[in-house]
Formats: sequence, structure tokens, C-alpha cells
Amino acid sequence: MATFGGVDFGILGDPTRRAIFELLARQPLSVGDLADRLPITRQAVSQHLRVLKDGGLVIVTPDGTRRIYRLNPDGVAAYQAYFQRVWDDALAAFQKAADAAPIDEREHS
Amino acid sequence: MNSLHGSATVAMPVAKAFDFFTGSFGSWWPADYHIGRSDMADAIIEPREGGRWFERGVDGTECDWGRVLAWEPPNRLVITWQIDGQWQFDPDAAHASEIEVRFTEAGPDETIVELEHRHLDRLAGGATISDVIGQGGGWTAILETFAKAGEAAG
Repeated sequence: MATFGGVDFGILGDPTRRAIFELLARQPLSVGDLADRLPITRQAVSQHLRVLKDGGLVIVTPDGTRRIYRLNPDGVAAYQAYFQRVWDDALAAFQKAADAAPIDEREHS
Repeated sequence: MNSLHGSATVAMPVAKAFDFFTGSFGSWWPADYHIGRSDMADAIIEPREGGRWFERGVDGTECDWGRVLAWEPPNRLVITWQIDGQWQFDPDAAHASEIEVRFTEAGPDETIVELEHRHLDRLAGGATISDVIGQGGGWTAILETFAKAGEAAG
């Protein structure tokens, strides 16, 4: 698994963590808010949040008795994780399209 | 530290690989990753230093993604990605991340394409990732696409 600048990009390799990441991009939420929006338990949400927090992608702030999670506003780790997914997908699409290109596109001109 | 790296190997001579990457950009770029309000019809890298990197929507509107910093066929291309928190092109070079693509001949009909996306910290200076993803129009679909691909890959 590749790491860049100490960020483990396997963090967003998990579909549920990506879903949490995207929900938090739209608005800060508590564990309960996230559990209401996803087909997983609060305990599972907490486990994923811990991974995201340890990876520097999200931060937590207290709000009364609740703990509110949001994407790390310093953002570099989150940008790295996000664009790593973009480029993985884009390069795979490029390679696939190149392989499917008509033969005259691939031969020497 | 703030750079990302990726690569692909394609069964094309190096000049063809460069032409296909740049000249047919809109044909292979995953169409979900666009920022215009309407669906993406095409995405274009203008073939010259100083050229625009932009998308054209199905409604004909154009939306800039960045600029061409280096146009050196068939081996090297450098473009910027400079989109702000309002999901608009940000002309301030201090907020521009850079994408360098190198094309290296691995054989008569094989080319290694290596990509580096650097200066991501400059984006964080101009906007937060929440702004970018939260207001990102079609780009929010990216994560759903990844999720589906991940499921398909098992």
C-alpha cells in the first residue's frame, strides 16, 4: 500500500470511509448524524472516524455534550487522499482507452 | 511531501501516447470528474505553453481547470489545477497546484506515463477540501464511482 508524506491512501480505499469523508465534506456531523445516514452502527462509524482522524483527514471539536467531526481545514492530507483517488482512476481510464484505441491510432505514423 | 505520483503503461509509441493523452483528453477522462454546471461534453488541453485546460459542457459553456505551463511533445507536459473554494478558476498562481506528466519510451510500441501532482498545499491555501468537494458539482460523484468500482473489484 503506497504512502505519501506519511498519509496512508488506503484510508479512502474503503467505500464506507469514502462515504463518511464525502458526508463530512458537505457538513460537519456527529457520530449519531453519520449513523443515521449510513447503513452501519454507531460503533462502526466511530471506528472509521478514528482511522480518518489518525490519518489527519478529519478533526473533532466539542459542541456541548456532542463531538462534531469535520474535514481537517488545513486540508493538505485530505487533498492528497482525494486527488490520489482521482489520478488512480484517471490513469486507469487513460490506459484502458489507449488499449482500446483503433490500431491506426497506436501504430507509428 | 505534498506531491502525488501515479503511472500507466500503454501499448503505443511515445509520440502517439503524448498525442492521445493531450489531443484526446476528453475521450478518456472520466466524465464524472467535471466542475461545470452542465454535464461534460468534452475536456481540452490547448496544445501550447500558456494554453487553457478546460471543459466544455453539453450546453456549450466553458469552464477553466488550469493552464499549460510546459508543452514539450513527446516527453513532457506540465499543467496547473487552480480551482478555488467557489469551484471557479483562480488566476492567482500562488494557489495553483501543478501536474507534470512524463512520457518515456519503454519499447517501440510501449510508453510509460508517469504523473506527479505537486504543490497541493497551495490549494489548501486558497480553499478547504470541504469547499471543493462540498460545492463540487459532478465531482461529488467521484466517490460513488470509486465505491462502485471497489465493489466490482471485490
